[in-house]
Amino acid sequence: MASTSRSPRRHPIRVLIAKPGLDGHDRGAKVVARALRDAGMEVIYAGLRQTPEEIVRAALEEDVDLIGLSILSGAHMTLFPKVLALLKKNRAGNVPVFAGGIIPDEDARRLRRAGIRAIFGPGASLEEIVTTAQKLARAHS
Amino acid sequence: MKGSGKLPPAARAVVEGDRRALARAISAVENGDPSADAILSAIYPRTRSIPVVGFTGPLGVGKSSLINALVSLLRARGRTVAVIAVDPSSPFSGGSVLGDRIRFEGRADDDGVFFRSMASRGAAGGVAAATLEASRLLDAAGFDLVLVETVGSGQVDVAIREIASTSVVVLVPHLGDEVQTLKAGLFEIADVFCVNKSDLPGADLAKRDLAEFVALGSTEGRWSPPIVGTSTLETKGVDELWTAVEAHESYLDASGERRAGERRRLASEIVGLVRDRVGQELTARLEGDPSLRGLLDRVVARSLDPRAAADRLRPSARPSR
Repeated sequence: MASTSRSPRRHPIRVLIAKPGLDGHDRGAKVVARALRDAGMEVIYAGLRQTPEEIVRAALEEDVDLIGLSILSGAHMTLFPKVLALLKKNRAGNVPVFAGGIIPDEDARRLRRAGIRAIFGPGASLEEIVTTAQKLARAHS
Repeated sequence: MKGSGKLPPAARAVVEGDRRALARAISAVENGDPSADAILSAIYPRTRSIPVVGFTGPLGVGKSSLINALVSLLRARGRTVAVIAVDPSSPFSGGSVLGDRIRFEGRADDDGVFFRSMASRGAAGGVAAATLEASRLLDAAGFDLVLVETVGSGQVDVAIREIASTSVVVLVPHLGDEVQTLKAGLFEIADVFCVNKSDLPGADLAKRDLAEFVALGSTEGRWSPPIVGTSTLETKGVDELWTAVEAHESYLDASGERRAGERRRLASEIVGLVRDRVGQELTARLEGDPSLRGLLDRVVARSLDPRAAADRLRPSARPSR
């Protein structure tokens, strides 16, 4: 019943933006949140220092179509797979997750293989992020 | 839950406490999804009219922090709590940033709390069209009470009154002199006044002004809104605030006003639903149905006025002469 219960009528895309881990730089996450808002999405902004458990819980309660994770601390190789595993455990493995931050190419490749659907580095344009987010969410809902 | 076997599966999952199903049912209501009708009507007999406590007041007075503090207090007392936090949708893009979750510090493994952010999606008055029915779903899911945080409100955003059994109006020091308290709107709906950030200078003056306002309108035997000072910075007054809310809830039971208030709210809900349905149907028919298109043509041609046309369209209207 995951994706069939929605009517064909378009509702605003609901997206969770969260920063897992301990770094305190949320400017990038806020800029992306604002761009997604301006593209007509409902952005649930969970803010800094979220544990994977808190992120997945928020995603489930808020019934989001999409999750965006921002990270600059370097802990992505432990935190991202944990988010993906918890989603799966809660029968929500179909909710697409994208990420942004400082993520080396080799790590990005491995994370994509692990199930992160898109990864944006510091050079990514907002337009690119918004278009990708829309595509991922529409394919899910 | 006894007898939940007869319910349709999506409704059964809600009353059995499946959080994912609950979240999806709320989305269905928000999206006007046809599946919402069956869920809402199936769960309605199971709702218990639990306390719904609304928190309203201007932008930035600390409603989210206050609710976070209250959730901790209520969880410590063993009560289960659901929160609906409403933020505005952009009138330009339709998008929204729902940021009230930032203040929420509930434990990730605590099933006694459910937090849902909600965009206003064009509704005026400080809540979303789906807020009332979402709180009903939370009632059916077994929560002891619902806390609703409104959009940072202006003077006339009083729609929370149609949803909440207790409305807390949250203010801060230095919002204006005592004449502000006499103005119509926000101050009229308060069952409890909360002066938050009362660690700031001016808090005593704000409370005094409010006390004067309350005294002007007080009638023997009727509820008179208490004024509570709180500070979420120093976590002061949160106990007192909840005591005031509970006192109002007890008053509602003792005075019979809970039933009367609920009756009034349900009547207004039914009227609202009929207005929506009749409105949508008529809008479609005025252009689609040839005889009604003729009526509209006559109004456009000035041979009939809009009020006379409306009279003819009322369900109880007699055939036109």
